[in-house]
Amino acid sequence: MERDAALFEYLLRLGDSTLILGQRVSEWCGHAPVLEEDIALANTALDLIGQTQLWLGLAGTVEGKGRDADRLAFHRDAWEFRNLLICERPNGDFGHTMMRQFLFDAYQSVLLGWLRGAAEPRVAEIAEKAAKEVAYHVERSGDTVIGLGDGTDESHARMQAALDALWPWVGEMFTGDAVEATLAAAGIAPDPADLRPEWDAIVRRVLGAATLTVPDSRFAHQGGKTGRMHTEELGHLLARMQWLQRAYPDATW
Amino acid sequence: MSNEWPLWEVFIRGSHGLNHRHVGSLHAPDAAMAIKNARDVYTRRNEGVSIWVVEARHIAASAPSDKGPFYEPSNAKVYRHPTFFDIPDEVGPM
Repeated sequence: MERDAALFEYLLRLGDSTLILGQRVSEWCGHAPVLEEDIALANTALDLIGQTQLWLGLAGTVEGKGRDADRLAFHRDAWEFRNLLICERPNGDFGHTMMRQFLFDAYQSVLLGWLRGAAEPRVAEIAEKAAKEVAYHVERSGDTVIGLGDGTDESHARMQAALDALWPWVGEMFTGDAVEATLAAAGIAPDPADLRPEWDAIVRRVLGAATLTVPDSRFAHQGGKTGRMHTEELGHLLARMQWLQRAYPDATW
Repeated sequence: MSNEWPLWEVFIRGSHGLNHRHVGSLHAPDAAMAIKNARDVYTRRNEGVSIWVVEARHIAASAPSDKGPFYEPSNAKVYRHPTFFDIPDEVGPM
């Protein structure tokens, strides 16, 4: 695979994952259980969308066809998105959202730790900036998972249910294809499988403190980051996120 | 049993060398989460370099009804105020 084609594809995977999860998390704005969590979730969503601007902005530059971050975010259809499937899963209850956030934050913290040393300086610079935000995200979501998992009988049961429901969606983070193989050979991206031990260590430490049982399964839904098959929910999310730009193309404030 | 998280008072130091100032209050289950919540609620626009939180029930406060006996006696004692010195312009704001 040609290097720039692989890099464009990889940047879409990074930027689409943060975009779609950011959009999902923003759905809590005005609805979170308490004011403090409402503001914190909105901050997280904004951080993710800020990272999206950088990843998709660079993707547009690498592609060289004049598409900027907004164009990529608002003028592509579901089958052109390359986000991890876990990012498009519905929010569920607050505990479910925080469990999904923690599993993704832990992944992002390990991934960005690697990308900070990437042989492509534009990637390394974005990773450096995003890593500071993500260090806070994973600390916050991890503490919340521990608090709710090791909380009341009801909160514990809800967090275990969230973990069981989300577990089949984590495996996709650690699968690779020709895109990652090309970039790994060039020192630009890690082999996703190499990230798993560090992720496992973070996740098992937190889930252990949360008194939750890690499911004994490695079954993994696939198809989000390759674009082969998204879940039905992505279409609904995009319809809400994109309608204004689709109804009034290139509208600005 | 109350289902409400306890109330915490939040103090933020805006930059090195300044004092922590009371900026508001929030709810949180414990001190560590109170600091995180304060980070999200009160430092979104780069306001702080240091956060203190204290549970509101630990603050002992003077009563509004004590206003007269507490504060009025000092009003009549102007000699306690350093207002009789001419400050040279070169000193700048004090």
